[in-house]
This record gives sequence, C-alpha cells and structure tokens, in this order.
Amino acid sequence: MDWQGQKLAEQIMQVMLLVFAVVSFGAGYVLGSFQMMMLVYAGGVTLTALITIPNWPFFNRHPLKWLDPSEAEKHPKPQVAVSSKKKSSKK
Amino acid sequence: MHSFGYRLNGLLTFAVTILALMCVIASLSDNLNIPSPSAEIQIMNINWFQKQPKGSDEVILRMNISADLQSLFTWNTKQVFIFVAAEYETRKNSLNQVSLWDAIIPAKERAKFWIRSSNKYRFVDHGKNLRGKEFNLTLHWHVMPKTGKMFADKIVMSGYSLPEEYI
Repeated sequence: MDWQGQKLAEQIMQVMLLVFAVVSFGAGYVLGSFQMMMLVYAGGVTLTALITIPNWPFFNRHPLKWLDPSEAEKHPKPQVAVSSKKKSSKK
Repeated sequence: MHSFGYRLNGLLTFAVTILALMCVIASLSDNLNIPSPSAEIQIMNINWFQKQPKGSDEVILRMNISADLQSLFTWNTKQVFIFVAAEYETRKNSLNQVSLWDAIIPAKERAKFWIRSSNKYRFVDHGKNLRGKEFNLTLHWHVMPKTGKMFADKIVMSGYSLPEEYI
C-alpha cells in the first residue's frame, strides 16, 4: 500500500467498526437478544478485516515514485573502507 | 498502518476496545428496567420441631412458594438466583438469618412459578430460642447479568410463627 492508501485503510477501519458497533447494539437491544448483538458485531469485524487488511489495488492509487535505476547508478552509494584494497569499477 | 500485521493488530485492538464499551453501555441500560416482582409463601406444615441431641432447636417445614419474577429479566440477564431466608430476633442476636431454600432461574419463561418444597437447608438455631418464635420469610434475588453490574433486592413477608411447644 502507498501512504494515501494506508491513511484510507485506517479511516475505513475506524468508521466501519464504530458503525457496526452502533448497529449491532441497536439490533441486540431492540430484539432483546445479547447473542444477536455479538453475532452482528463479529460479522462486522470480519467484514472490516477483509476490506482493510489485505493489500487491495484501490489502496495503491498514489504509488510512490522510486528513483529510476539508471539515475541511481550516476550517484553510487559510498563504499565502506575495507582492509584489503578494493577497486570500485564503474560500468 | 505499514504492514499486514500492523493493520491486523490495530483493527483487533480497536474492535475489542469498542466491544468493552458496548458491554458497559449494555450494563447501564439495565438501569432503565423497573422491575415489579411479586411473591407469596405459605407454610403448609411444620413437620419437625425438636431439640437436637446437642441442644439446639431444629425445624423442618413445608412451604408453598409462588412468585412472578418475570419483570426482573432484561436482554442482559443471564440468570436470577433466588433464596428464601427465615429472619428472627433472639435475646443474644438482633437478627438471625437462616437460608431455607434456593433456586436458579435461567430464563424469563421459568420466572413465574409455584413450588411446594420442604426446606433444602437445615433450619437450626444457635440455642433453644425457637419455641413460639415469630419470624419473617424473605425472598431474596440476585439478577446476574451477562455483562456488568449485578442487582440484588428482596421481598419481606412477615407474620409467620413457630408453635409454642416442640412437636
């Protein structure tokens, strides 16, 4: 996921869990059944998990632009000095 | 939310926290319920009223207990525990309470009932004070919730008394 995707996933997760909490409490209270509340809430948690946890494509709509490989070669990483002399060869 | 495990952990923690809040609100909603229970106990017969060999009085009696406790049940009630206690006063103690019978009511449908039973637990005094004693029979109940606070209350029924002499 990209950064925008991560933010979106977190927002969706929080909103969905809160909505399911309210809905399940209401359903349980009106029906007079504690079990109904727990079942609806468990279903809601599973649904939220399926939507927000895996790496779906719509979370990757603003992909990060990594540096091009040809650009990277023009600016090599500094080499760590080793006891045996090493020649760094550039292609 | 950087990785799969991070998101999973965040979601589960948030979900459990919200669940805890829901349970608190469910318990608070029990206060909205105003119960109107009723109960009646008749003593059908005193089967046994004697001194034990050690010296304390003992009574065995047969009761007819009828009650309507359906209004105590809410959506958040797991079961209701009820017990009948005999309460009386002696010279040594201002209040003696002896539990005679108890039961667990698991569901609202079973909360309106009558039962004839002799006392489940022994009605024994500390001493020989029971002859001609007037006592109250109190029906106590504990409403045990699925989550949250337990409520307890009672109905006091007075006017019962034991015979003047041993049977």
